[in-house]
Amino acid sequence: MNTLLAIFKREFTSYFVTPVAYVFIVIFLFMTGIFTFYLGAFYESNQADLQPFFRFHPWLYLFLIPAISMRLWSDERKSGSIELLMTLPVSITDAVVGKFLAAWLFTAVTLLLTFPMWITVNYLGEPDNTVILASYLGSLIMAGGFLSIGSCISAFTKSQVIAFVISVVISFMFILSGFPMVLDFFQGWAPQALIDAIASFSFLTHFTSITKGVIDIRDIIYFTALICFWLYINVVVIETKKAS
Amino acid sequence: MSEAIKVQALKKSFGHIHAVKGVSFDVQHGEVLGFLGPNGAGKSTTMKMITGFLEPSAGTVIVNGHDVLENPLEVKKSIGYLPEGAPAYGEMTVRSFLNFIADVRQLSGSQRKKRIDEVIELINIDNVIDQSIETLSKGYKRRVGLAQAILHDPNVLILDEPTDGLDPNQKHEVRKLIQDMAQDKAIVISTHILEEVDAVCSRAIIIAKGELLFNSTPSELIDKADDKNIDHAFRIITTQGQAEVLS
Repeated sequence: MNTLLAIFKREFTSYFVTPVAYVFIVIFLFMTGIFTFYLGAFYESNQADLQPFFRFHPWLYLFLIPAISMRLWSDERKSGSIELLMTLPVSITDAVVGKFLAAWLFTAVTLLLTFPMWITVNYLGEPDNTVILASYLGSLIMAGGFLSIGSCISAFTKSQVIAFVISVVISFMFILSGFPMVLDFFQGWAPQALIDAIASFSFLTHFTSITKGVIDIRDIIYFTALICFWLYINVVVIETKKAS
Repeated sequence: MSEAIKVQALKKSFGHIHAVKGVSFDVQHGEVLGFLGPNGAGKSTTMKMITGFLEPSAGTVIVNGHDVLENPLEVKKSIGYLPEGAPAYGEMTVRSFLNFIADVRQLSGSQRKKRIDEVIELINIDNVIDQSIETLSKGYKRRVGLAQAILHDPNVLILDEPTDGLDPNQKHEVRKLIQDMAQDKAIVISTHILEEVDAVCSRAIIIAKGELLFNSTPSELIDKADDKNIDHAFRIITTQGQAEVLS
């Protein structure tokens, strides 16, 4: 078995031998329910689509994904198992990518378990299922974006609490980077090109366009590049800590 | 005998602290090297550098002909390592942990199962095999760490305090295991138990404050003390005559 796959397998199964996975899944399903039916006014809108369901995903991920990612590297440092991992014949890239993919598959499983929503909306009306499929894919790839940020941050510290808080803050900036509260900070002194670039980093803008059923290759490239960037920094951080 | 480990002018500093100050030695296959020294002497740091966990500030480490900085994966493939405190993934059962190590070490086919069973029997962990590692006693944890280290039958073994936390019977078993493996392997063990050196090691190294102070056979170490007491010899070397030897 190749080493990336071995890491991936170990990480993925480890979610299910502790209560972490079950607590996470239950909370996620419970929260999506509340958001969709109460805040999203699923019934009142009288439309057969899952907009009220997907609209709140960025906000759910903001707190729930860092709860998954905070342990990825912090826990290894805290328990000392990082010494075992890093002296096994595994490249740092394989370890980082293996862990990330396991966490991502886990969120994919959680997302799949929201299928009763899809059944409900199909029972009640005739939704455009291609839009729903696109939204699921968009949500998954956005979850990957949040996860890559969290994984990278957890490599900096052995404290899971610090990893969680910093990840939430950085994720929050990525969600809101298209909004005045972030842009105002740069307005007035930064060049317009930089402000436009920052505005284009917003998770919300990219995700919203996907949930409208338009899978623009640029949105996909955006999230893919973002994931690669944070995982690359993740590898560099672990490499650097070895020398310090 | 062929050269297994060659350490040259190895240095490591953490900020202003110089943990290892230019240590050189080598280990041949067929040797058991005892690594001695007071706490904080740089023993573990040196082992962490040989196994590629820490990057040296200066100097080289060559294991089976591979430079640890240039070819870390080859070095890690040929080494079995028990880190200090035997860290493992606590939530895993002993069996799934060993299966994971076998996956990473790329053992496959019938040889894989045979080797896992062999090691379980050798290290005597069959009665805890389905228990999660975090529920094990210190002695069992240490043995799981040892099982992990020898699983791929490496010809270089680095064991950081392999008998720490074991009861006298378990210590005896581990020493016997090390002796049995010694014929074709290069084994480096660190220990605070000086009789252990006399019992299992063919050579002893003493480092203190990051410097190598002694590198010879255990019997020559004993000869350093007039009364042939290995504890006194250790004190004479590590305190460099500053402290009086109590008898």
